[in-house]
Amino acid sequence: MKMNRNRTFYYIKEGVSSIFNHSLMSFASVCIIIAFLVIMGSFILLAVNINALVGELENDNIILAHIDETVSESEARALEHTILSIPNVTNVVFTTNREAYENFIGRHEDEGRFGDIDYTVFRHRFSIFVEDVALIAETQQELRHIPEIARTSANLTVARALVNVRNIVSWVSIIVVGVLLAISLFIMSNTIKLATFERREEISIMKMVGATNSFIRWPFIFEGFILGLTGALIAFVSIMALYGFAAGRVIEIEAGLFQLVVFSTISVPLFLLFAGIGFGVGVGGSAFALNRYLKV
Amino acid sequence: MIRMTDVFKEYANGTKALKGVTFELNAGEFAFLIGPSGSGKSTIIRLLIGEIAPSDGEVIVNGQDMDNIKMRKMPYLRRTIGVIFQDFRLIENKTVFENVAFAMRVIGASNKEIRQRVPYVLELVGLEFKAKSRPDELSGGEQQRVAIARALVNNPRLIIADEPTGNLDPARSLEILLLLKKINDLGTTVLIVTHEKPLVDQFSQRVIAIDGGRIVNDGMDGYYDYEDE
Repeated sequence: MKMNRNRTFYYIKEGVSSIFNHSLMSFASVCIIIAFLVIMGSFILLAVNINALVGELENDNIILAHIDETVSESEARALEHTILSIPNVTNVVFTTNREAYENFIGRHEDEGRFGDIDYTVFRHRFSIFVEDVALIAETQQELRHIPEIARTSANLTVARALVNVRNIVSWVSIIVVGVLLAISLFIMSNTIKLATFERREEISIMKMVGATNSFIRWPFIFEGFILGLTGALIAFVSIMALYGFAAGRVIEIEAGLFQLVVFSTISVPLFLLFAGIGFGVGVGGSAFALNRYLKV
Repeated sequence: MIRMTDVFKEYANGTKALKGVTFELNAGEFAFLIGPSGSGKSTIIRLLIGEIAPSDGEVIVNGQDMDNIKMRKMPYLRRTIGVIFQDFRLIENKTVFENVAFAMRVIGASNKEIRQRVPYVLELVGLEFKAKSRPDELSGGEQQRVAIARALVNNPRLIIADEPTGNLDPARSLEILLLLKKINDLGTTVLIVTHEKPLVDQFSQRVIAIDGGRIVNDGMDGYYDYEDE
């Protein structure tokens, strides 16, 4: 569909004036886009925060690898590269048996009954951080193949629970966003159908005087584009304000429980998503709803 | 210009609207197509402007076989035909000037061409002083003249008027028909579809009479008499 400048200006002018000539339908369309995007955006933000929380908990889920007591400290430290070469291992922290002893005593200093223990009863150990907590059992198995490692321990129950929570959150997010998208498209397409039904006479006049389908479509497309992006912009500003308000309340009430994801870190993808949906629903909906009136 | 040869039209509900209609309208002619309600007049109009296809027979308009025309070519054919309807079909939120200019925009006319041509056509139909009015500020006769101006503005070879006087009083009706005759005198072929026999009686022009989906008379001297419901 080629356009010259004269026509482009005409299409934009017609699209804009049509918004004001059919102000009630325009208002309804924008409101539906805003309502959908705010609901969807809220859910996305909730899912992002739950995922971040699960991610934080996952980071705390480590494997402890205790080194055989016959291995010297320097030999034990040398194992770091071997451990890091295992897939899924992201980082290791070495703790000598003396440090382990001091940590232990530090935690029980009030009790005084462990003062006469020799530090050599403790083993050197590695705290091993993993990338994917779902693979923690496999990583643990790999570690057991290293002869210098006497014993490994990991909280597999917690790891599995975290993986389950993450999976559930992911699936629920996909399903809820999918359902919301389907409902919204249905409502939106009906709103646009109603708007085009209101203008079927105008469209039939255009056809009668010899307008091509693209000539009829373009003003509607510009109109849908403007309404879609307006809705997306208002929804984005609303969700930003709502998130700011909610974040303030959560921090106030549950200070220290967990850190909410900072809005600016997800604002760009969220805005692009809103703009994409606004554009798609506005432009796609307009073009699609017109089809039945163009087959004359 | 128009040639219908043994045209049959049966709608999906089984109604047989046309039963072997044959007639021809040559370039520069002026003719009335007259018949009672349900005689098949509207079906002929719909066939001529490509809204429907014939069940059988041949419909040629401005050299184009309407049964074989591709959908994407239909707009370009419609630009060679000016159509006027009983209910005027004006766009309510546009001024008289914009309603007429709109038909020119459709064919890609420049603003300069529109500024030159539209006032000329409005003057031709006697509405040069109403250019800024909106349709709801005009009388029925004036609205029909806007519709005529819109039909005329792209200089079509053929004008088809479907009951153009249906919503007008007798004086305004005669005015509209005289205006269409004047347009015909300037070289445009005109086909007026109507059921208003008394109005047609005042003109010494060709009359094609249709009844029950068949042409029952075609000529200058007298035509089929009928009682409209």
